[in-house]
Formats: sequence, structure tokens, C-alpha cells
Amino acid sequence: MVIEKTAMAGTLESSDAQVTVSPADTLEVVIESSVINQYGRQIKATVEDVLDRLDIKQGLISVVDKGALDCTLKARVECAVFRSCDASLADIPWGGAIR
Amino acid sequence: MINAVGRDIPDYLLADGKEVYQGRFAKDGQLVKRDSPTCVMHEKPVADKLCASIREACEHCDVHDGMTISFHSEFRNGDYTASQVVKVLVEDFGVRDLHVAATSLGDAHDLLADYIEQGIITHIESSGVRGRIGEAISHGKLKEPAIIRSHGGRPRAMMAGELHVDVTFLAASTSDKAGNASGVGGKNNCGSLGFAIPDSQYADKVVIITDTLVDFPNVPASIKCEDVDYVVVVDEIGDPKRIASKEARFTQDPRELMMAKNAADVIAALPYFKNGFSFQTGVGGPSLAVNRFLEDHMREKNIKMGFALGGVSGAICNLLDKGLVGKIIDVQDFDQTAINHLANNPNHVEMSQSEYANPGSKGSFVNYLDYMVLSALEIDTKFNVNVVTGSDGVVRGAPGGHPDTAATSKCCIIVTPLVRGRMPVVCKDVTTVTTPGECVDVLVTDYGTAVNPARTDIIECLDAAGIPHVSIESLQEKAYSIVGEPDPLQWEDKVVAIVEARDGTILDVIRQIKPYDFE
Repeated sequence: MVIEKTAMAGTLESSDAQVTVSPADTLEVVIESSVINQYGRQIKATVEDVLDRLDIKQGLISVVDKGALDCTLKARVECAVFRSCDASLADIPWGGAIR
Repeated sequence: MINAVGRDIPDYLLADGKEVYQGRFAKDGQLVKRDSPTCVMHEKPVADKLCASIREACEHCDVHDGMTISFHSEFRNGDYTASQVVKVLVEDFGVRDLHVAATSLGDAHDLLADYIEQGIITHIESSGVRGRIGEAISHGKLKEPAIIRSHGGRPRAMMAGELHVDVTFLAASTSDKAGNASGVGGKNNCGSLGFAIPDSQYADKVVIITDTLVDFPNVPASIKCEDVDYVVVVDEIGDPKRIASKEARFTQDPRELMMAKNAADVIAALPYFKNGFSFQTGVGGPSLAVNRFLEDHMREKNIKMGFALGGVSGAICNLLDKGLVGKIIDVQDFDQTAINHLANNPNHVEMSQSEYANPGSKGSFVNYLDYMVLSALEIDTKFNVNVVTGSDGVVRGAPGGHPDTAATSKCCIIVTPLVRGRMPVVCKDVTTVTTPGECVDVLVTDYGTAVNPARTDIIECLDAAGIPHVSIESLQEKAYSIVGEPDPLQWEDKVVAIVEARDGTILDVIRQIKPYDFE
């Protein structure tokens, strides 16, 4: 998939994460988290895993995490990417490998 | 040196006879020579002890660089006094290298955090350290490590001469011209002045700060005129509406109510649940809610509580008013209901912080406690509890009476959710040990109850009552299966705070936190 425009998913509520994706020439992931000291590494791995599965090679991915569980993080990253390329209107391929 | 809870205490901290924690009751029977304050004789009668301002009182108190001052925290987040006094000392008198010893410090004291950042306040001794002060300490801004003590450990340290206060500034809701002072009867009432009483007896100079001057004699008095040097009248000593903070909320959360009910069921299943039993709860949501479920068990079995200790909230006052509690013995009030109740009910009486929990005394009230219900930030598979450092390693909590009541009560119950957001409360190793696992008997979570294997008697009682329980390891595994296993925190070498056990030995140290690095 290709990030075509800026899109966002999620909130800043406790136990959620707000993910913003924008077009860029390279792939960059920026993570802020209320639990970064104990879970920063795992959050980064989870986000990169979803991006890899969606075959995202370029884009600025910003994650503001408020202690979301992995399942929430995955859903928010997926949704932001889908919205950025209008794949969120119908036949949403939740959790599916898009290659 | 490794101590009795498995924590490595750096040898350089073990100078001047300081020891590592050797287990609960390890110091029982030891002799202590009590420290005594230096008292200025007031032989000749004077009209009054009034000073026109905090500044004038300070002029009489020989303020100097390196001095130790103290405050009580009965106004909690509504305290105005500590900041007012420290500002005068720093701005008007230019005092530097200031040592602050308070019963607790929190969001009301951001000004003190500024002075720590500027290197003006160089040492902190306190029970609680919340808000920006905790951040400043954890980022290594103090010259010497802060000392964190329990409510019982603080008066013990004062009596043993380990904490010597030069001047104490004590907010009082009412005072007369001679310094007979009380936490009730004024325009801003905090209720019990229990935290202030040891300071009034062990500090060299005692200044009462009030906003309601009443006729002499203001009796019964919490602080006696024989202990007071000066009295200052200010506009406002604090805001009692901010005593009930979010830590002291009354929960409506069904998950917390379920845990509270399960904790009450455990209480009722043990042999201590009989006429005249004694009970205390901490101020966390679910532990406070145990009060309301206990009532059903008491009525069903026709059992009355002999006395409640506290840390007093409206919930326990209501039980007394219903005739279900004999006496409330009160070191601190958590809400307006409790404050008014102390003022008006003869069976609700004040006690000092030393009477409450001092292990260096001839026996404090906590020694007679049957049940203690408490919260935790973290509890590990050895039942060690942390209530002082957050999951990011920053100091942001208060042991308060947690270690004292856990150590002495016949049954200490921790009530906490298994996870908070992504943080596993039940974990393999707590960040900081504030209450040793040998003092904790039962853990009630939303995913099940665990009993300390050392308490086979409690296990038998729960089995007999049909109350299910699981191993604490299974709860920890459940927590990690939901949130993932946390990475270890990254620390600098520098020790920023020492957690003292209630007997004065070193239970744990808190180190400076490293900025997070993904690599």
C-alpha cells in the first residue's frame, strides 16, 4: 500500500493510541508513549510489523501511545494507513496481509 | 550488601551504623535513647506569642543556611503553608542549602520543585513525594539522596535523633495567642493534626500558622502551648476542599466494586472477624470501597467493630453513626465528612503520628490492628509491594502508613486491578520495595485472589468458606499475557532516594532514571 495523503486513527484516551500517517520520501516512525520505558521496544516492533505486512515503504508514521495493548496499536496503525489511501470505505481488509 | 528483600544496597550508604533491612521485627527489643529538642525557657509571663508575619517569626527563629524545617501534610493538595514559608526563607532571608522534612509533599508544592531545580533546597525527607518534586528528585537534582519514610518511621527517626528539625512551621485551623492549636473550629479545617504533633514535640522551634485566632484557652488542643514558640495569623492556611484528591475518590467502577466485595468476603471468612475487631483501609478507590461491603457481613453475623484506625474517610464515619463501630482513632482525615465528624463525635478521636505507627515507641495503635486493606502500584510474586515509584521509575507516590500497618496487622489485604492500562500491577519484580512481602498476606485482583503461601492458616479459612484462590505466579502470568512482559527500566548509577524501612534500616534505593533510548 502507498500512503497517499495525511490520515489519522485513534484517540488520546488512556489505553488508546493516536496514529498519524503522511506521505514522505523515506519511511520514518516516531513514537511517543506513556509507557515507553517498559514497552517502547515492543511498541516499535508492533508498528513496524504492521507496516511491513501492509508493504508500506515510504511515509512518516507518528504514534502517540497512551498505554494501548498490542491489538489496539495494530488496529490503529492499519486504520490510519487504510484511510490514507481510501481503503477504509468498503471491503476493509482488517488484519489481512495486503501485498 | 543484599538485604532481606533481595535488594542490593550500595556499601557507601551504610556509613555511621546505617544497616540494611533484616526482616520485620528484627529490631524488636532494641533500646533507643530519645533525642530531645533545645527549648528556650519562657519563665516570665508574656501577653502573647503573636508575630505579625511569617517573616517576623523567622526573624526570631535563627534561620540559617543548612537548616532543617518541617511541615505537616494534613491539608494534602490544599496546603498553602509550606510554599508560603519556604518562599519567605528563600526570597526574604536568602537561606540556601535548605533541608525540608515534611510528612508528605505533592502537587501543592511546585514552588519547592523550582527551588530544588535551582539547588536551593538540597535535601528532602518525606513520606510522599508526588507532582513535580518527584520528577526533580528522580532526575537527580538533589545533592543528597532524598529519604522516604513511612508514617511510623518518621516519628521514630525524630525520636532517635536521625531527623532533627530546627524549626517546624505547623498550619493549624485554630490557635489561641499562646499556641494551643487544633485542626477544627476555624474557617479552614483539616480535622486531625496527628501528623503535626511529633514535630511540635521534637523540633527546636515551633511556629503555629493559623487563619483563625480564637480566645485563650483553645482547648482541647492538639498542639499544646508549652511546645509552641510563636503564633502567626495569615489570611488562609489551606483549602480543605482539596484534601479529597483523586487518590481518595469513592469509586462507582463495577470492577473495583467487585474487588472490594471479594476483599470483604475474605475478611469475613477469617477468625479475626468477631465482635470488637479492628480495621483500617487505605485511600485507594477499591480499598476504600471495602467499607460498604463490610457492613453487610457485620449485620449478617451481628458483629460490631471495636475500633477503626486511619486515614479516616466518610465511609467509616457513617458505619460508626449506624452503631457498627465503637471508636475511630484518627491521624488524618481524607474528606469533609470525616473532618466534621471528628469535630462533633466524642467517639472519634485524634491520635499523633507516633501513637499511630511508631515502631520505636512502647507500642503504637497499629500493633493492635486486625485487618488492613491497601492498594498497590505494583506487587510482585514474592508479595513485595511498591507504592512509591511509577512504571517509568519516577518517584510519584507515598508509602504513608502502608509499611507500618502491613507489618503489624494480623491480615494485610492488597486490593488492586491486575493491570492498569498497559502496566502490569502483578509483576515478577517490583520497581521499588516499599512494603516487604513477608508483611502482605492476601492479594485480591479482578482476575482472582492469591494468598501468601506462608499464611497456611488463611488458606485453610478460605477453603473452608469456599472462596476460590490461585497462585500469585498465575496472576502475574495472566497479566503478562495481556500486556506483554515489560522491559527492565534503564537506570543511572546515582542513588536519588533511599527508602527506609520503618525500623530505620535501608529497604531499597531509587536510582536516577535514564532518558529512554530505543537502542
